[in-house]
Amino acid sequence: MKKTFKMENLDCANCAAKMETAIKKIDGVNDCSISFMTQKISIDAEDDKFDEVLTAAQKAVTKVDRGTLIKK
Amino acid sequence: MTKKQKKDIIRISAAGVLFACGYVWSDTSLRLPLFIAAYIIAGYDTIYEAVMGIIHVQFLDENFLMTIASIGAIYCGEYPEAVAVMLFYKVGEFFEHYAVNSSRKSIADLMDIKAEYATKLVDVSDESGSSSQVTVEMTVEPEELVPGDLILIKPGEKVPVDGIIRTGSSSLDTAALTGESMPQDVIVGDEVTSGTINLTGALHVEVTKPFEDSTVAKVLDLVENASSRKAPVEAFITKFARYYTPIVVCLALLLAVIPPLAGFGHFTDWLYRAMIFLVISCPCALVISVPLSLFAGIGSASREGILVKGSNYLEALASVETFAFDKTGTLTHGRFTVSKVVPAAGIEASKLIEIATAAESLSNHPIAKSIVAYGKDHLASAGSVGTPENYEEISGKGISCIYKGNNVYCGNDKLIRDLDLSVPEESEIGSLVHVAIKLSNDEYRYLGHIVVADTPRENSAETISALKALGIENTIMLTGDKREVAEAVSNSLGLSKVYSELLPGDKVEAIEAAMTGRSATPSYTSTANAGASATSGITANAGVSTASGKKSRGHLAFVGDGINDAPVLARADVGIAMGAFGSDAAIEAADVVIMADDISKLVTVTKIARKTLRICKENVVFALAVKFAIMALGAVGLASMWAAVFADVGVAVIAILNALRAMRIR
Repeated sequence: MKKTFKMENLDCANCAAKMETAIKKIDGVNDCSISFMTQKISIDAEDDKFDEVLTAAQKAVTKVDRGTLIKK
Repeated sequence: MTKKQKKDIIRISAAGVLFACGYVWSDTSLRLPLFIAAYIIAGYDTIYEAVMGIIHVQFLDENFLMTIASIGAIYCGEYPEAVAVMLFYKVGEFFEHYAVNSSRKSIADLMDIKAEYATKLVDVSDESGSSSQVTVEMTVEPEELVPGDLILIKPGEKVPVDGIIRTGSSSLDTAALTGESMPQDVIVGDEVTSGTINLTGALHVEVTKPFEDSTVAKVLDLVENASSRKAPVEAFITKFARYYTPIVVCLALLLAVIPPLAGFGHFTDWLYRAMIFLVISCPCALVISVPLSLFAGIGSASREGILVKGSNYLEALASVETFAFDKTGTLTHGRFTVSKVVPAAGIEASKLIEIATAAESLSNHPIAKSIVAYGKDHLASAGSVGTPENYEEISGKGISCIYKGNNVYCGNDKLIRDLDLSVPEESEIGSLVHVAIKLSNDEYRYLGHIVVADTPRENSAETISALKALGIENTIMLTGDKREVAEAVSNSLGLSKVYSELLPGDKVEAIEAAMTGRSATPSYTSTANAGASATSGITANAGVSTASGKKSRGHLAFVGDGINDAPVLARADVGIAMGAFGSDAAIEAADVVIMADDISKLVTVTKIARKTLRICKENVVFALAVKFAIMALGAVGLASMWAAVFADVGVAVIAILNALRAMRIR
């Protein structure tokens, strides 16, 4: 399942790249792409793990930049 | 400007003033307090974030690096430099946000095609209790509409969802979607496409598609998601950034430790040089300018009515060396028109047209229809053309009928030979429709013939030569048409290669052959229809040398109408659908969608792609060159912290300004 979310306070392009790399490493994630220009994140993950993946993704995002939020 | 940005401006100015005062009064006791105040005002949040970074084990984030660099400068006693690092880091960050946000907004404005509201017409029972109903207008969100709803679109309003006109007529401005300034006239029964603007008359429209399936939603979705399909150059930069920072930081550490231990010079000198490395270690200028350029390029393409579905396709398009075209509907109009009228000696052209028009008026064949349409446009007395009697279709040959007392025969070569008449020579390519009448038993008179052809678009030849001027040497035409027809069209347009008599499945194979760079000599034979003689499917165009023997292959772009050629679009490196306005299937199938039915947009989009990629490369080369130069100079003690600040912030600003040029490509 692939879902796209808006991101808030994504301020730096390099941070977006770091977040993307970190989220791709999360268990259950098939693919992830963060578009700095449109401030959107799309996560492709296994259906039954999606909620856990999303929580883990938010954690990974926070680790890179505390202010950035994935808006559900 | 956001609240945060205003706050940042005040902070930056305050810190700047204090910093300047510190400089002016540099030999007084005020100097140090002023610098400390400026340092704290400019850098408190950076330092805070750096501390948080350490807690979260993110050592290589920019806050941390800048903090260490400024502390290093303080240790060396270089107070102004320490303040400058913090202050200009803030200035650069501010500018980056501002430029990125404003460009993001102006690109979004280009795609401002969504209607804010819709006016729904609802029938309600009259309050007086009578059986009559009144229609009331309700303002609703476009998303709330369902198929079957009736909506009112006033002049000046955007069409909120796709629908069919039930009452009213108007012109629609399609420029936001197609880039074409010519308005489209619509009447009752016509479909209206969401995202167009109603110009002249009020329309009652029945909703045929909910908002999320309407053109406007699809187009917006496509543009917004375009930047998530990353171009290789973007992936390269991200990967580069991942190694760049750690390597530069390691070099800084080595620079600070090894030379002093080895006994060269003083520790603070080397520390200062190491700090220069830290300031330069942030790759942000690169990481930001590349996607920004690509996004701006996609933005300027959409302003021209060209939707590029991903940055990757924009990059591929920039290196396209071969353009393959579908013939019918792409290079040609895709419909039959009369291209030549040849009356026999002693016959007036208008007479020939009149008889042909009358005879063909009952047929549904596309060729017949083109003759009838031509007759209507070109006969002075078009209204007086009568209806034929005893109309009969002669299968595979033509028709016979009685018109104004004459037995009329209208059809192909076979029909004329059956009448024992001779078929004249005709050099013009197309289908010939002959006309003859019966004089007496077994005696016929030949009146002349009309040539009907699917003619090339007016600007096809121009487009091909413009592409050649851009250095695209290979232009290939694919068609299911007969070899003679295909070669005639190809010669008139100046294409370099033709694949003719292809069955639908053969087109994919032909594209693959072109992509793997197989030689131009015929390498397979397409199976023609049973009964017909098998001819070579791949024919090198006589007279025009094919660009063979060139091994290095750029990308191949295929241009089609997007409806019948989805597999070919998918197989090509870049699949381009043309004239996709109003066709969801085409928008879906292609990588690049040209909304207008205008082949010259191929040149526009190729130019945009190339310029965008050139800007990306300029930025990468410029940023890296400056950074490496300052690092090299810094390592040997020739560059100051000031130069490093420029290499970081200045380069980022210049790269962003350069990237924004991609928004203005025409």
